[in-house]
Amino acid sequence: MKQLITLRVNGADEEILVEPWWDLAYVLRQVLHLTGTKIGCRTGNCGSCTVLVDGKAVRSCLYPVMKARGRDILTIEGLKGEQGGLHPLQESFVQHYAVQCGYCTPGMIMAAKALLDENPHPSEEEIKKGMAGNLCRCTGYHKIVEAIQAVSGSPLPQ
Amino acid sequence: MRFHYLEPRTAAEAISLLEQWGDQARVMAGGTDLMMQMRNRIVCPDQVVDITYIPGLDYIDYDDRRGLRVGALTTIRSLETSSLIRQRYPVISQAASQLGSSAIRNVATVGGNLCNAAPSADMAPALIALSARARILSRAGERTVSLESFFTGPGSTVLRTGELLIEILVPPLPPGARAVYRKHTIRGSVEPAIAGVAAMVTAGRGRVCQDIRIVLGAVAGTPLRAQNAEDALRGKPLEETLISQGAQLAAQEARPISDVRASAGYRREMVRVLTGRAIKEAMLQ
Repeated sequence: MKQLITLRVNGADEEILVEPWWDLAYVLRQVLHLTGTKIGCRTGNCGSCTVLVDGKAVRSCLYPVMKARGRDILTIEGLKGEQGGLHPLQESFVQHYAVQCGYCTPGMIMAAKALLDENPHPSEEEIKKGMAGNLCRCTGYHKIVEAIQAVSGSPLPQ
Repeated sequence: MRFHYLEPRTAAEAISLLEQWGDQARVMAGGTDLMMQMRNRIVCPDQVVDITYIPGLDYIDYDDRRGLRVGALTTIRSLETSSLIRQRYPVISQAASQLGSSAIRNVATVGGNLCNAAPSADMAPALIALSARARILSRAGERTVSLESFFTGPGSTVLRTGELLIEILVPPLPPGARAVYRKHTIRGSVEPAIAGVAAMVTAGRGRVCQDIRIVLGAVAGTPLRAQNAEDALRGKPLEETLISQGAQLAAQEARPISDVRASAGYRREMVRVLTGRAIKEAMLQ
């Protein structure tokens, strides 16, 4: 039996009908049509499903939608810059060629945002450790790390 | 996967539901293990009892007499970053930091990691090395068991139907005790351990080992005390040669299997390497 629940997604309250066994990734994509969040491994390993719940990075593919009630959910669609354009992280990913096929990108950016929100000036090592849960098959990671460093104000590698 | 989602608001309600549904129910805490197991049809509970709405199970408390008390719903991330834990029991923070990825740690709980009882459970070796105990609640009341005896096999614990793990207790550390947890993985992060070793060394004058506890993870059906290695080292000065001998004994005590991640022989060798490193690192602290 579907249940009527309210989710706060990107600042807006959404009233939706869900089965209790649905995970947050499925609901975001199939019910709310926010397809920026991707599904890769469905086991919590690849990170492409990463969204923020109450400011913390979570694996939406393993997060029961029922747990998300009453919490603030932020997806890639909810990011924007101060003047309404791209968020600095998004802009930096573009400028540093940190996007190839783009599939890992939303998860990378959400994970990077969570990392920088907690640690605004991470070292290169801290960035790599903090981003360890997000896999990319295209870029080889260097440009992603550079893109994050550029936003954090840390110096770029030589 | 389909299930009924139950959300008890008290521990008593949760216990009542678990008693009522027996084998058809599974406890969910963070859900990171359970959701994956349900999706892969490893378990197919009819009823999922989400216990994260029960207040008062997420805390980290310490006093000098009783030591550390950690609520079962404390997230791995909380344990990783807690200044109290980092100061008094840094090995717990060290183990927590090596569990999964940060997104998993934000949601996963220490109770869940222990009750899921994977042979590679990252919180188990360190907590067993610290002589932790598990406080279990049921309708009949409470019982406390040593964490060392908590695990009975891969995926199974001493928990009976209608029982809930509510707290982990860690006694105050003896003066001079230092503990380390190191795990070996294929790609260096995020993965379950191929082999994990926790070592707690209480060193006295002249590098003499007053006490030592060595706990191996991922190399047997449950976390395993390397007692032969401990006996060989206890009471003696921990010189290089003796540490190597102890590491070799620990490797021999391991009972690893070969699986997709690693061969038994490789796991055994990694136990030898990690035990030596863990003991030395503990001595250096």
